[in-house]
Amino acid sequence: MIQVSHLTKLYGPRAAISDLSFEVKKGEIVGFLGPNGAGKSTTMKILTGFMPASEGSAKIAGYDVFENPIEVKRNIGFLPENPPVYPEMKVQDYLQFAAELHQVPREKVRAAVDQVLAKTSLGDVRKRLIGNLSKGYRQRVGLAQAMVHNPAVLILDEPTVGLDPKQIIEIRELIKGLGGEHTVILSSHILPEVTATCERIIVINKGRIVAEDTLDQLTARIKRGLIYSMLVKNPAQEGVSAIRNIPGVQTVTQVGPKLVVEIQPGSPEVRDQIVETAVKREMGVLEFSTEKVSLEEIFLQLTTIETPNETAGVAV
Amino acid sequence: MNFKNAWIISKKDFRTYFTSPIAYIVIAGFMLIMGWMFFYTLSHFEMQSMQYQQYNMGKGPSITDAIIRPLYGNMNVIFLFLVPFITMRLFAEEKKLHTFELLMTSPVTLTEIVLGKFLSSLLLISIMLGITIVYPIILFVGGNPDLGPIVTSYIGTLLLASCYLSLGIFFSSLTENQIVAGSLTFASALFFWLVNWASQASGPTWGEVLNYLSLISHFNNFSQGLLNSSDVIYYLSFIGLGLFLTHRVLDSYRWR
Ligand SMILES: Nc1ncnc2c1ncn2[C@@H]1O[C@H](COP(=O)(O)OP(=O)(O)OP(=O)(O)O)[C@@H](O)[C@H]1O
Ligand SMILES: [Mg+2]
Repeated sequence: MIQVSHLTKLYGPRAAISDLSFEVKKGEIVGFLGPNGAGKSTTMKILTGFMPASEGSAKIAGYDVFENPIEVKRNIGFLPENPPVYPEMKVQDYLQFAAELHQVPREKVRAAVDQVLAKTSLGDVRKRLIGNLSKGYRQRVGLAQAMVHNPAVLILDEPTVGLDPKQIIEIRELIKGLGGEHTVILSSHILPEVTATCERIIVINKGRIVAEDTLDQLTARIKRGLIYSMLVKNPAQEGVSAIRNIPGVQTVTQVGPKLVVEIQPGSPEVRDQIVETAVKREMGVLEFSTEKVSLEEIFLQLTTIETPNETAGVAV
Repeated sequence: MNFKNAWIISKKDFRTYFTSPIAYIVIAGFMLIMGWMFFYTLSHFEMQSMQYQQYNMGKGPSITDAIIRPLYGNMNVIFLFLVPFITMRLFAEEKKLHTFELLMTSPVTLTEIVLGKFLSSLLLISIMLGITIVYPIILFVGGNPDLGPIVTSYIGTLLLASCYLSLGIFFSSLTENQIVAGSLTFASALFFWLVNWASQASGPTWGEVLNYLSLISHFNNFSQGLLNSSDVIYYLSFIGLGLFLTHRVLDSYRWR
Protein backbone atom coordinates (compact mmCIF):
# COMPACT_ATOMS: atom_id res chain seq x y z
CA MET A 1 0.00 0.00 0.00
CA ILE A 2 2.88 2.32 0.81
CA GLN A 3 6.26 1.97 -0.83
CA VAL A 4 9.04 4.31 0.07
CA SER A 5 12.38 3.98 -1.63
CA HIS A 6 15.58 5.90 -1.02
CA LEU A 7 13.78 8.96 0.24
CA THR A 8 16.04 11.86 1.13
CA LYS A 9 15.14 15.35 2.22
CA LEU A 10 17.71 18.08 2.56
CA TYR A 11 17.19 21.30 4.45
CA GLY A 12 20.00 23.32 3.01
CA PRO A 13 23.05 21.10 3.37
CA ARG A 14 21.54 19.16 6.29
CA ALA A 15 19.66 15.96 5.64
CA ALA A 16 16.48 15.65 7.71
CA ILE A 17 16.04 12.13 6.36
CA SER A 18 18.43 10.17 4.22
CA ASP A 19 17.92 7.14 2.06
CA LEU A 20 14.77 5.97 3.78
CA SER A 21 13.21 2.80 2.35
CA PHE A 22 10.31 0.81 3.73
CA GLU A 23 7.01 -0.76 2.81
CA VAL A 24 3.66 -0.97 4.47
CA LYS A 25 1.14 -3.59 3.44
CA LYS A 26 -2.57 -3.07 3.16
CA GLY A 27 -4.31 -3.20 6.52
CA GLU A 28 -1.13 -2.93 8.55
CA ILE A 29 -0.63 -0.55 11.43
CA VAL A 30 2.95 0.58 11.50
CA GLY A 31 4.60 2.65 14.17
CA PHE A 32 7.18 5.19 13.24
CA LEU A 33 9.31 5.53 16.30
CA GLY A 34 12.12 7.97 16.88
CA PRO A 35 13.38 10.67 19.20
CA ASN A 36 12.80 14.37 18.61
CA GLY A 37 14.24 15.55 15.34
CA ALA A 38 14.53 12.05 13.91
CA GLY A 39 12.67 13.01 10.77
CA LYS A 40 9.25 11.51 11.44
CA SER A 41 7.25 14.59 10.58
CA THR A 42 9.42 15.26 7.56
CA THR A 43 8.74 11.78 6.19
CA MET A 44 5.02 12.17 6.76
CA LYS A 45 4.89 15.54 5.08
CA ILE A 46 6.54 14.02 2.04
CA LEU A 47 4.22 11.03 1.99
CA THR A 48 1.18 13.28 2.11
CA GLY A 49 2.44 15.44 -0.72
CA PHE A 50 2.83 18.52 1.43
CA MET A 51 6.45 18.89 0.47
CA PRO A 52 8.59 17.27 -2.21
CA ALA A 53 11.56 15.06 -1.41
CA SER A 54 15.08 15.91 -2.51
CA GLU A 55 15.64 12.39 -3.77
CA GLY A 56 13.91 9.05 -3.94
CA SER A 57 10.29 8.18 -4.49
CA ALA A 58 7.19 7.24 -2.59
CA LYS A 59 4.09 5.43 -3.76
CA ILE A 60 0.76 5.25 -2.03
CA ALA A 61 -2.06 3.02 -3.29
CA GLY A 62 -0.07 2.55 -6.47
CA TYR A 63 0.26 6.25 -7.22
CA ASP A 64 3.51 8.15 -7.14
CA VAL A 65 3.36 10.96 -4.59
CA PHE A 66 5.20 13.36 -6.88
CA GLU A 67 3.64 12.43 -10.20
CA ASN A 68 0.03 11.94 -9.14
CA PRO A 69 -0.32 14.01 -5.99
CA ILE A 70 -4.06 14.47 -6.34
CA GLU A 71 -4.74 10.74 -6.65
CA VAL A 72 -2.55 10.13 -3.62
CA LYS A 73 -4.27 12.83 -1.59
CA ARG A 74 -7.65 11.34 -2.41
CA ASN A 75 -6.53 8.12 -0.72
CA ILE A 76 -5.03 9.50 2.46
CA GLY A 77 -6.12 11.12 5.66
CA PHE A 78 -3.48 13.15 7.44
CA LEU A 79 -3.21 14.38 10.98
CA PRO A 80 -0.23 16.75 11.03
CA GLU A 81 1.86 17.51 14.10
CA ASN A 82 -0.34 20.50 14.91
CA PRO A 83 -4.03 19.72 14.43
CA PRO A 84 -5.05 21.83 11.42
CA VAL A 85 -8.23 23.29 12.86
CA TYR A 86 -9.93 26.68 12.51
CA PRO A 87 -10.71 28.06 15.98
CA GLU A 88 -13.60 30.18 14.70
CA MET A 89 -15.44 27.21 13.20
CA LYS A 90 -17.86 24.84 14.89
CA VAL A 91 -16.73 21.24 15.12
CA GLN A 92 -19.37 19.91 12.76
CA ASP A 93 -18.92 22.70 10.23
CA TYR A 94 -15.21 22.05 10.23
CA LEU A 95 -15.68 18.34 9.65
CA GLN A 96 -18.17 19.08 6.91
CA PHE A 97 -15.59 21.33 5.26
CA ALA A 98 -12.95 18.60 5.57
CA ALA A 99 -15.33 16.06 4.03
CA GLU A 100 -16.18 18.34 1.10
CA LEU A 101 -12.54 19.15 0.61
CA HIS A 102 -11.87 15.43 0.30
CA GLN A 103 -14.64 15.10 -2.23
CA VAL A 104 -17.12 13.13 -0.22
CA PRO A 105 -20.29 13.15 -2.37
CA ARG A 106 -22.66 15.89 -1.25
CA GLU A 107 -25.42 13.53 -0.17
CA LYS A 108 -23.04 11.51 1.98
CA VAL A 109 -21.37 14.39 3.80
CA ARG A 110 -23.80 14.50 6.71
CA ALA A 111 -23.64 10.80 7.36
CA ALA A 112 -19.85 10.85 7.17
CA VAL A 113 -19.68 13.69 9.69
CA ASP A 114 -22.12 11.98 12.08
CA GLN A 115 -20.21 8.74 11.83
CA VAL A 116 -16.82 10.25 12.57
CA LEU A 117 -18.25 12.32 15.43
CA ALA A 118 -19.48 9.11 17.00
CA LYS A 119 -16.22 7.26 16.38
CA THR A 120 -14.13 9.95 18.02
CA SER A 121 -16.72 10.61 20.78
CA LEU A 122 -17.10 14.23 19.76
CA GLY A 123 -20.88 14.20 19.55
CA ASP A 124 -21.27 16.32 22.68
CA VAL A 125 -19.18 19.17 21.35
CA ARG A 126 -20.32 19.15 17.72
CA LYS A 127 -21.88 22.59 18.00
CA ARG A 128 -19.02 24.13 19.99
CA LEU A 129 -16.43 26.47 18.51
CA ILE A 130 -13.16 24.63 18.09
CA GLY A 131 -11.31 27.58 19.63
CA ASN A 132 -13.15 27.00 22.91
CA LEU A 133 -12.20 23.35 23.16
CA SER A 134 -9.37 21.97 25.26
CA LYS A 135 -6.18 20.86 23.56
CA GLY A 136 -7.11 17.21 23.83
CA TYR A 137 -10.44 17.80 22.15
CA ARG A 138 -8.81 19.83 19.40
CA GLN A 139 -6.46 16.93 18.81
CA ARG A 140 -9.45 14.64 18.47
CA VAL A 141 -11.11 17.02 16.05
CA GLY A 142 -7.90 16.85 14.02
CA LEU A 143 -8.05 13.08 14.09
CA ALA A 144 -11.71 13.15 13.05
CA GLN A 145 -10.74 15.37 10.14
CA ALA A 146 -8.24 12.77 8.96
CA MET A 147 -10.87 10.02 9.05
CA VAL A 148 -14.02 11.75 7.85
CA HIS A 149 -13.65 10.68 4.22
CA ASN A 150 -12.83 7.11 5.20
CA PRO A 151 -9.44 7.04 3.49
CA ALA A 152 -7.57 3.86 2.63
CA VAL A 153 -4.40 5.18 4.24
CA LEU A 154 -4.13 7.16 7.46
CA ILE A 155 -1.00 9.05 8.32
CA LEU A 156 -1.03 10.25 11.90
CA ASP A 157 1.74 12.39 13.34
CA GLU A 158 1.76 11.87 17.10
CA PRO A 159 -1.98 11.31 17.37
CA THR A 160 -2.24 11.18 21.16
CA VAL A 161 -0.17 14.22 22.03
CA GLY A 162 -1.97 16.39 24.56
CA LEU A 163 -4.59 13.83 25.54
CA ASP A 164 -5.28 12.71 29.08
CA PRO A 165 -4.70 9.03 29.97
CA LYS A 166 -8.33 8.05 29.52
CA GLN A 167 -8.50 9.68 26.11
CA ILE A 168 -5.18 8.11 25.13
CA ILE A 169 -6.62 4.67 25.76
CA GLU A 170 -9.75 5.53 23.78
CA ILE A 171 -7.79 6.82 20.82
CA ARG A 172 -5.45 3.85 20.86
CA GLU A 173 -8.43 1.53 20.78
CA LEU A 174 -9.83 3.56 17.93
CA ILE A 175 -6.59 3.32 15.96
CA LYS A 176 -6.27 -0.40 16.63
CA GLY A 177 -9.75 -0.85 15.26
CA LEU A 178 -8.72 0.85 12.03
CA GLY A 179 -6.30 -1.94 11.11
CA GLY A 180 -7.38 -4.45 8.52
CA GLU A 181 -9.60 -2.07 6.61
CA HIS A 182 -7.27 0.90 6.76
CA THR A 183 -3.54 1.11 6.46
CA VAL A 184 -2.11 3.26 9.21
CA ILE A 185 1.25 4.85 9.85
CA LEU A 186 1.58 6.66 13.12
CA SER A 187 4.57 8.38 14.56
CA SER A 188 5.57 8.72 18.13
CA HIS A 189 8.52 9.22 20.37
CA ILE A 190 6.68 7.53 23.20
CA LEU A 191 7.21 3.80 23.25
CA PRO A 192 4.06 2.57 24.96
CA GLU A 193 2.21 4.37 22.21
CA VAL A 194 3.56 2.14 19.46
CA THR A 195 3.58 -1.03 21.52
CA ALA A 196 -0.07 -0.49 22.32
CA THR A 197 -1.23 0.08 18.77
CA CYS A 198 1.22 -1.17 16.18
CA GLU A 199 1.98 -4.56 14.73
CA ARG A 200 5.21 -3.45 13.22
CA ILE A 201 7.68 -0.80 14.24
CA ILE A 202 10.09 1.23 12.21
CA VAL A 203 12.68 2.84 14.41
CA ILE A 204 14.22 5.94 12.93
CA ASN A 205 17.06 8.04 14.26
CA LYS A 206 18.82 11.01 12.72
CA GLY A 207 16.98 10.47 9.48
CA ARG A 208 17.89 6.83 9.07
CA ILE A 209 16.07 3.61 9.75
CA VAL A 210 17.88 1.77 12.52
CA ALA A 211 15.47 -1.13 12.94
CA GLU A 212 12.33 -2.40 11.34
CA ASP A 213 10.50 -5.39 12.69
CA THR A 214 7.52 -6.72 14.55
CA LEU A 215 7.37 -5.94 18.22
CA ASP A 216 8.22 -9.52 19.27
CA GLN A 217 11.10 -9.86 16.85
CA LEU A 218 12.49 -6.56 17.91
CA THR A 219 12.33 -7.50 21.55
CA ALA A 220 13.91 -10.89 20.84
CA ARG A 221 16.70 -9.38 18.82
CA ILE A 222 17.70 -7.03 21.54
CA LYS A 223 17.29 -9.57 24.28
CA ARG A 224 19.83 -11.91 22.80
CA GLY A 225 22.81 -11.62 25.14
CA LEU A 226 21.30 -9.42 27.71
CA ILE A 227 20.55 -9.99 31.33
CA TYR A 228 19.62 -13.26 33.00
CA SER A 229 18.72 -13.56 36.59
CA MET A 230 19.27 -16.77 38.48
CA LEU A 231 18.16 -17.93 41.88
CA VAL A 232 20.42 -20.56 43.48
CA LYS A 233 20.48 -22.57 46.69
CA ASN A 234 24.23 -22.44 47.13
CA PRO A 235 25.87 -19.28 45.85
CA ALA A 236 29.41 -20.53 46.46
CA GLN A 237 32.25 -18.24 45.46
CA GLU A 238 33.92 -20.74 43.08
CA GLY A 239 30.68 -21.33 41.25
CA VAL A 240 30.18 -17.62 40.77
CA SER A 241 33.66 -17.11 39.41
CA ALA A 242 33.27 -20.12 37.11
CA ILE A 243 30.22 -18.48 35.57
CA ARG A 244 32.11 -15.22 35.37
CA ASN A 245 34.80 -16.98 33.33
CA ILE A 246 32.42 -18.21 30.64
CA PRO A 247 33.30 -16.38 27.42
CA GLY A 248 30.64 -13.83 26.61
CA VAL A 249 29.66 -13.17 30.20
CA GLN A 250 30.38 -9.60 31.14
CA THR A 251 29.57 -9.35 34.82
CA VAL A 252 28.00 -11.43 37.50
CA THR A 253 26.50 -9.63 40.42
CA GLN A 254 25.52 -11.50 43.52
CA VAL A 255 22.74 -10.31 45.78
CA GLY A 256 22.20 -13.01 48.40
CA PRO A 257 20.94 -16.10 46.57
CA LYS A 258 20.32 -14.12 43.42
CA LEU A 259 22.83 -13.86 40.61
CA VAL A 260 22.43 -11.28 37.90
CA VAL A 261 24.38 -12.31 34.84
CA GLU A 262 25.03 -9.66 32.22
CA ILE A 263 26.05 -10.83 28.80
CA GLN A 264 28.15 -8.94 26.34
CA PRO A 265 25.98 -7.54 23.60
CA GLY A 266 26.29 -9.41 20.35
CA SER A 267 27.80 -12.54 21.90
CA PRO A 268 26.44 -16.01 21.01
CA GLU A 269 23.94 -17.91 23.09
CA VAL A 270 25.48 -18.79 26.47
CA ARG A 271 22.38 -19.57 28.43
CA ASP A 272 22.98 -23.33 28.31
CA GLN A 273 26.57 -22.95 29.41
CA ILE A 274 25.60 -20.89 32.41
CA VAL A 275 23.06 -23.43 33.55
CA GLU A 276 25.48 -26.32 32.89
CA THR A 277 28.20 -24.66 34.92
CA ALA A 278 25.83 -23.99 37.79
CA VAL A 279 24.67 -27.61 37.78
CA LYS A 280 28.23 -28.92 37.61
CA ARG A 281 29.21 -26.82 40.60
CA GLU A 282 26.14 -28.07 42.46
CA MET A 283 24.81 -24.65 43.07
CA GLY A 284 21.23 -25.88 42.98
CA VAL A 285 19.45 -23.78 40.41
CA LEU A 286 16.02 -22.79 41.66
CA GLU A 287 15.08 -20.36 38.99
CA PHE A 288 16.49 -19.08 35.73
CA SER A 289 14.89 -16.26 33.85
CA THR A 290 15.50 -13.65 31.26
CA GLU A 291 15.07 -10.18 32.61
CA LYS A 292 12.23 -8.49 30.81
CA VAL A 293 13.56 -5.77 28.63
CA SER A 294 11.17 -2.93 28.16
CA LEU A 295 10.92 -1.42 24.76
CA GLU A 296 12.19 1.76 26.32
CA GLU A 297 15.56 0.07 26.66
CA ILE A 298 15.40 -1.39 23.18
CA PHE A 299 14.70 1.99 21.88
CA LEU A 300 17.60 3.51 23.72
CA GLN A 301 19.88 0.78 22.48
CA LEU A 302 18.70 0.98 18.94
CA THR A 303 19.01 4.67 18.70
CA THR A 304 22.46 4.76 20.21
CA ILE A 305 23.62 2.32 17.58
CA GLU A 306 26.77 3.19 15.66
CA THR A 307 26.31 5.68 12.88
CA PRO A 308 28.91 6.45 10.25
CA ASN A 309 29.84 9.79 11.79
CA GLU A 310 29.77 8.56 15.28
CA THR A 311 31.85 5.72 16.66
CA ALA A 312 30.61 6.01 20.19
CA GLY A 313 27.56 3.99 21.14
CA VAL A 314 26.58 0.45 21.81
CA ALA A 315 26.65 -2.12 19.08
CA VAL A 316 23.71 -4.49 19.16
CA MET B 1 -8.79 23.13 -12.48
CA ASN B 2 -12.06 22.15 -10.91
CA PHE B 3 -14.31 25.04 -10.04
CA LYS B 4 -16.16 23.00 -7.45
CA ASN B 5 -13.01 22.63 -5.34
CA ALA B 6 -12.32 26.36 -5.49
CA TRP B 7 -15.90 26.99 -4.45
CA ILE B 8 -15.58 24.78 -1.35
CA ILE B 9 -12.71 26.96 -0.17
CA SER B 10 -14.51 30.18 -1.12
CA LYS B 11 -17.53 29.17 0.91
CA LYS B 12 -15.41 28.45 3.95
CA ASP B 13 -13.54 31.75 3.76
CA PHE B 14 -16.65 33.75 3.01
CA ARG B 15 -18.31 32.34 6.11
CA THR B 16 -15.20 33.12 8.15
CA TYR B 17 -15.59 36.80 7.28
CA PHE B 18 -18.85 36.79 9.15
CA THR B 19 -17.70 34.78 12.15
CA SER B 20 -15.20 37.49 12.98
CA PRO B 21 -16.14 41.14 13.41
CA ILE B 22 -14.04 42.15 10.40
CA ALA B 23 -16.73 41.84 7.75
CA TYR B 24 -19.25 43.75 9.86
CA ILE B 25 -16.79 46.53 10.60
CA VAL B 26 -15.70 46.78 6.98
CA ILE B 27 -19.23 46.78 5.60
CA ALA B 28 -20.56 49.18 8.23
CA GLY B 29 -17.65 51.56 7.73
CA PHE B 30 -18.10 51.40 4.00
CA MET B 31 -21.82 52.12 4.11
CA LEU B 32 -21.42 54.93 6.58
CA ILE B 33 -18.80 56.76 4.58
CA MET B 34 -20.53 56.11 1.27
CA GLY B 35 -23.88 57.22 2.62
CA TRP B 36 -22.50 60.40 4.05
CA MET B 37 -20.62 61.10 0.82
CA PHE B 38 -23.67 60.47 -1.33
CA PHE B 39 -26.00 62.73 0.55
CA TYR B 40 -23.36 65.42 0.83
CA THR B 41 -22.71 65.49 -2.94
CA LEU B 42 -26.44 65.24 -3.61
CA SER B 43 -27.35 68.22 -1.47
CA HIS B 44 -24.42 70.16 -2.81
CA PHE B 45 -25.59 69.39 -6.34
CA GLU B 46 -29.14 70.51 -5.59
CA MET B 47 -27.93 73.73 -4.11
CA GLN B 48 -25.75 74.36 -7.14
CA SER B 49 -28.55 73.60 -9.55
CA MET B 50 -30.82 75.97 -7.71
CA GLN B 51 -28.23 78.72 -7.86
CA TYR B 52 -27.78 78.16 -11.59
CA GLN B 53 -31.52 78.48 -12.11
CA GLN B 54 -31.84 81.45 -9.81
CA TYR B 55 -29.16 83.50 -11.46
CA ASN B 56 -29.87 82.22 -14.98
CA MET B 57 -26.36 80.95 -15.51
CA GLY B 58 -27.51 78.43 -18.08
CA LYS B 59 -27.35 74.71 -17.72
CA GLY B 60 -25.79 73.50 -14.45
CA PRO B 61 -23.36 70.59 -14.10
CA SER B 62 -24.71 67.20 -15.13
CA ILE B 63 -25.56 64.54 -12.57
CA THR B 64 -22.75 62.46 -14.01
CA ASP B 65 -20.15 65.14 -13.40
CA ALA B 66 -21.43 66.36 -10.09
CA ILE B 67 -22.47 63.14 -8.41
CA ILE B 68 -21.58 59.93 -10.25
CA ARG B 69 -17.92 60.64 -10.89
CA PRO B 70 -16.97 61.86 -7.42
CA LEU B 71 -19.07 59.14 -5.84
CA TYR B 72 -17.33 56.23 -7.57
CA GLY B 73 -13.97 57.95 -7.48
CA ASN B 74 -14.26 58.20 -3.71
CA MET B 75 -15.50 54.65 -3.48
CA ASN B 76 -12.19 53.55 -4.92
CA VAL B 77 -10.32 55.43 -2.25
CA ILE B 78 -12.41 53.76 0.43
CA PHE B 79 -11.67 50.35 -1.05
CA LEU B 80 -7.99 51.19 -0.94
CA PHE B 81 -8.31 51.47 2.84
CA LEU B 82 -10.66 48.55 3.37
CA VAL B 83 -9.24 45.85 1.11
CA PRO B 84 -6.18 45.19 3.31
CA PHE B 85 -8.57 44.19 6.10
CA ILE B 86 -10.38 41.85 3.74
CA THR B 87 -7.36 40.05 2.33
CA MET B 88 -4.79 40.12 5.13
CA ARG B 89 -5.87 36.93 6.81
CA LEU B 90 -6.52 34.80 3.75
CA PHE B 91 -3.19 32.98 3.60
CA ALA B 92 -1.30 34.42 6.59
CA GLU B 93 -3.80 32.91 8.99
CA GLU B 94 -3.83 29.50 7.26
CA LYS B 95 -0.08 29.34 7.64
CA LYS B 96 -0.14 30.47 11.24
CA LEU B 97 -2.83 27.98 12.22
CA HIS B 98 -1.15 25.16 10.23
CA THR B 99 -4.41 24.69 8.39
CA PHE B 100 -2.46 25.34 5.23
CA GLU B 101 -1.21 21.78 5.66
CA LEU B 102 -4.80 20.55 5.54
CA LEU B 103 -5.43 22.42 2.29
CA MET B 104 -2.18 21.26 0.75
CA THR B 105 -2.71 17.61 1.62
CA SER B 106 -6.29 17.58 0.35
CA PRO B 107 -7.07 16.56 -3.22
CA VAL B 108 -7.24 20.14 -4.48
CA THR B 109 -4.64 21.96 -6.53
CA LEU B 110 -2.85 25.11 -5.44
CA THR B 111 -4.52 26.95 -8.32
CA GLU B 112 -7.91 25.99 -6.94
CA ILE B 113 -6.90 27.15 -3.47
CA VAL B 114 -5.66 30.55 -4.69
CA LEU B 115 -8.71 31.03 -6.88
CA GLY B 116 -11.01 30.01 -4.03
CA LYS B 117 -9.47 32.63 -1.76
CA PHE B 118 -9.79 35.28 -4.45
CA LEU B 119 -13.43 34.41 -5.09
CA SER B 120 -14.34 34.65 -1.42
CA SER B 121 -12.96 38.18 -1.19
CA LEU B 122 -14.49 39.11 -4.54
CA LEU B 123 -17.85 37.95 -3.25
CA LEU B 124 -17.57 40.23 -0.21
CA ILE B 125 -16.60 43.19 -2.39
CA SER B 126 -19.47 42.46 -4.76
CA ILE B 127 -21.92 42.51 -1.90
CA MET B 128 -20.58 45.87 -0.77
CA LEU B 129 -20.89 47.19 -4.30
CA GLY B 130 -24.36 45.70 -4.57
CA ILE B 131 -25.53 47.70 -1.58
CA THR B 132 -24.45 50.94 -3.24
CA ILE B 133 -26.87 50.37 -6.16
CA VAL B 134 -29.40 52.11 -3.97
CA TYR B 135 -27.69 55.45 -4.76
CA PRO B 136 -28.19 55.35 -8.55
CA ILE B 137 -31.73 54.19 -7.88
CA ILE B 138 -32.34 57.30 -5.79
CA LEU B 139 -30.86 59.40 -8.62
CA PHE B 140 -33.17 57.79 -11.16
CA VAL B 141 -36.16 58.42 -8.96
CA GLY B 142 -35.33 62.08 -8.51
CA GLY B 143 -33.69 62.90 -11.83
CA ASN B 144 -32.50 61.66 -15.13
CA PRO B 145 -28.86 60.56 -14.98
CA ASP B 146 -26.99 58.81 -17.81
CA LEU B 147 -27.01 55.06 -17.36
CA GLY B 148 -23.74 54.49 -19.27
CA PRO B 149 -21.27 56.04 -16.81
CA ILE B 150 -22.99 54.31 -13.91
CA VAL B 151 -22.64 50.88 -15.49
CA THR B 152 -19.02 51.41 -16.53
CA SER B 153 -18.22 52.88 -13.11
CA TYR B 154 -19.38 49.66 -11.52
CA ILE B 155 -17.36 47.55 -13.93
CA GLY B 156 -14.30 49.72 -13.34
CA THR B 157 -14.68 49.73 -9.57
CA LEU B 158 -15.06 45.97 -9.47
CA LEU B 159 -11.92 45.55 -11.57
CA LEU B 160 -9.94 48.11 -9.60
CA ALA B 161 -10.96 46.64 -6.26
CA SER B 162 -10.05 43.20 -7.60
CA CYS B 163 -6.56 44.51 -8.31
CA TYR B 164 -6.30 45.50 -4.65
CA LEU B 165 -7.57 42.06 -3.68
CA SER B 166 -5.01 40.33 -5.85
CA LEU B 167 -2.28 42.47 -4.33
CA GLY B 168 -3.55 41.78 -0.83
CA ILE B 169 -3.71 38.02 -1.39
CA PHE B 170 -0.16 38.11 -2.67
CA PHE B 171 1.12 39.85 0.45
CA SER B 172 -0.91 37.53 2.63
CA SER B 173 0.90 34.59 1.07
CA LEU B 174 4.28 36.07 2.00
CA THR B 175 3.90 36.11 5.75
CA GLU B 176 2.23 34.47 8.73
CA ASN B 177 1.51 37.86 10.20
CA GLN B 178 -1.80 39.45 9.23
CA ILE B 179 -0.77 42.94 10.27
CA VAL B 180 2.36 42.79 8.15
CA ALA B 181 0.32 41.48 5.21
CA GLY B 182 -2.27 44.23 5.61
CA SER B 183 0.29 47.02 5.94
CA LEU B 184 2.24 45.89 2.90
CA THR B 185 -0.98 45.65 0.93
CA PHE B 186 -1.98 49.16 1.82
CA ALA B 187 1.45 50.61 1.09
CA SER B 188 1.80 48.93 -2.27
CA ALA B 189 -1.78 49.63 -3.33
CA LEU B 190 -1.18 53.26 -2.51
CA PHE B 191 2.00 53.14 -4.57
CA PHE B 192 0.25 51.71 -7.63
CA TRP B 193 -2.52 54.17 -7.17
CA LEU B 194 -0.42 57.31 -6.93
CA VAL B 195 2.47 56.35 -9.16
CA ASN B 196 1.17 58.67 -11.88
CA TRP B 197 1.91 61.67 -9.65
CA ALA B 198 5.54 61.04 -10.39
CA SER B 199 4.78 60.93 -14.10
CA GLN B 200 4.36 64.69 -14.27
CA ALA B 201 7.83 65.19 -12.85
CA SER B 202 9.59 62.64 -15.02
CA GLY B 203 10.42 62.77 -18.71
CA PRO B 204 7.92 62.04 -21.47
CA THR B 205 8.73 58.32 -21.89
CA TRP B 206 8.95 57.54 -18.20
CA GLY B 207 5.95 59.71 -17.55
CA GLU B 208 3.92 57.60 -19.90
CA VAL B 209 5.13 54.35 -18.41
CA LEU B 210 4.34 55.50 -14.88
CA ASN B 211 0.99 56.77 -15.99
CA TYR B 212 0.25 53.42 -17.59
CA LEU B 213 1.23 51.59 -14.41
CA SER B 214 -1.03 53.70 -12.26
CA LEU B 215 -4.19 51.95 -11.16
CA ILE B 216 -6.18 55.14 -10.96
CA SER B 217 -5.32 56.53 -14.40
CA HIS B 218 -7.07 53.56 -15.97
CA PHE B 219 -10.20 54.35 -14.05
CA ASN B 220 -10.79 57.71 -15.73
CA ASN B 221 -12.31 56.20 -18.85
CA PHE B 222 -14.67 54.02 -16.84
CA SER B 223 -15.94 57.01 -14.91
CA GLN B 224 -16.74 58.80 -18.16
CA GLY B 225 -18.78 55.93 -19.49
CA LEU B 226 -16.04 54.57 -21.74
CA LEU B 227 -15.28 50.88 -21.78
CA ASN B 228 -11.77 50.76 -23.16
CA SER B 229 -10.29 47.35 -23.84
CA SER B 230 -6.77 48.47 -22.93
CA ASP B 231 -7.97 49.47 -19.46
CA VAL B 232 -9.79 46.20 -18.99
CA ILE B 233 -6.73 44.27 -20.14
CA TYR B 234 -4.52 46.25 -17.77
CA TYR B 235 -6.72 45.44 -14.78
CA LEU B 236 -7.13 41.80 -15.71
CA SER B 237 -3.37 41.41 -16.19
CA PHE B 238 -2.76 43.03 -12.83
CA ILE B 239 -5.16 40.61 -11.14
CA GLY B 240 -3.74 37.64 -13.01
CA LEU B 241 -0.15 38.54 -12.22
CA GLY B 242 -0.90 38.98 -8.52
CA LEU B 243 -2.59 35.60 -8.30
CA PHE B 244 0.13 33.95 -10.36
CA LEU B 245 2.84 35.30 -8.04
CA THR B 246 0.82 34.12 -5.05
CA HIS B 247 0.81 30.65 -6.57
CA ARG B 248 4.58 30.78 -7.05
CA VAL B 249 5.21 31.95 -3.49
CA LEU B 250 3.05 29.25 -1.96
CA ASP B 251 4.53 26.58 -4.18
CA SER B 252 8.04 27.52 -3.12
CA TYR B 253 6.94 27.67 0.53
CA ARG B 254 6.66 23.88 0.37
CA TRP B 255 10.20 23.55 -0.94
CA ARG B 256 11.76 25.42 1.92
N1 LIG C 1 11.82 23.87 7.85
C1 LIG C 1 12.96 23.31 8.29
N2 LIG C 1 14.15 23.89 8.02
C2 LIG C 1 15.30 23.34 8.44
N3 LIG C 1 15.39 22.22 9.14
C3 LIG C 1 14.23 21.59 9.47
C4 LIG C 1 12.97 22.10 9.05
N4 LIG C 1 12.01 21.27 9.51
C5 LIG C 1 12.63 20.29 10.16
N5 LIG C 1 13.98 20.47 10.14
C6 LIG C 1 14.99 19.57 10.74
O1 LIG C 1 14.82 18.27 10.22
C7 LIG C 1 15.00 17.31 11.23
C8 LIG C 1 13.80 16.39 11.28
O2 LIG C 1 12.69 17.11 11.75
P1 LIG C 1 11.26 16.45 11.97
O3 LIG C 1 10.31 17.54 12.32
O4 LIG C 1 10.92 15.61 10.80
O5 LIG C 1 11.54 15.53 13.22
P2 LIG C 1 10.49 14.67 14.07
O6 LIG C 1 10.99 13.28 14.04
O7 LIG C 1 9.12 14.89 13.61
O8 LIG C 1 10.70 15.26 15.52
P3 LIG C 1 9.63 15.54 16.69
O9 LIG C 1 9.51 14.29 17.48
O10 LIG C 1 10.28 16.62 17.49
O11 LIG C 1 8.35 15.97 16.08
C9 LIG C 1 15.24 18.06 12.52
O12 LIG C 1 16.62 18.02 12.80
C10 LIG C 1 14.80 19.46 12.23
O13 LIG C 1 15.60 20.38 12.92
MG1 LIG D 1 7.48 15.65 14.45
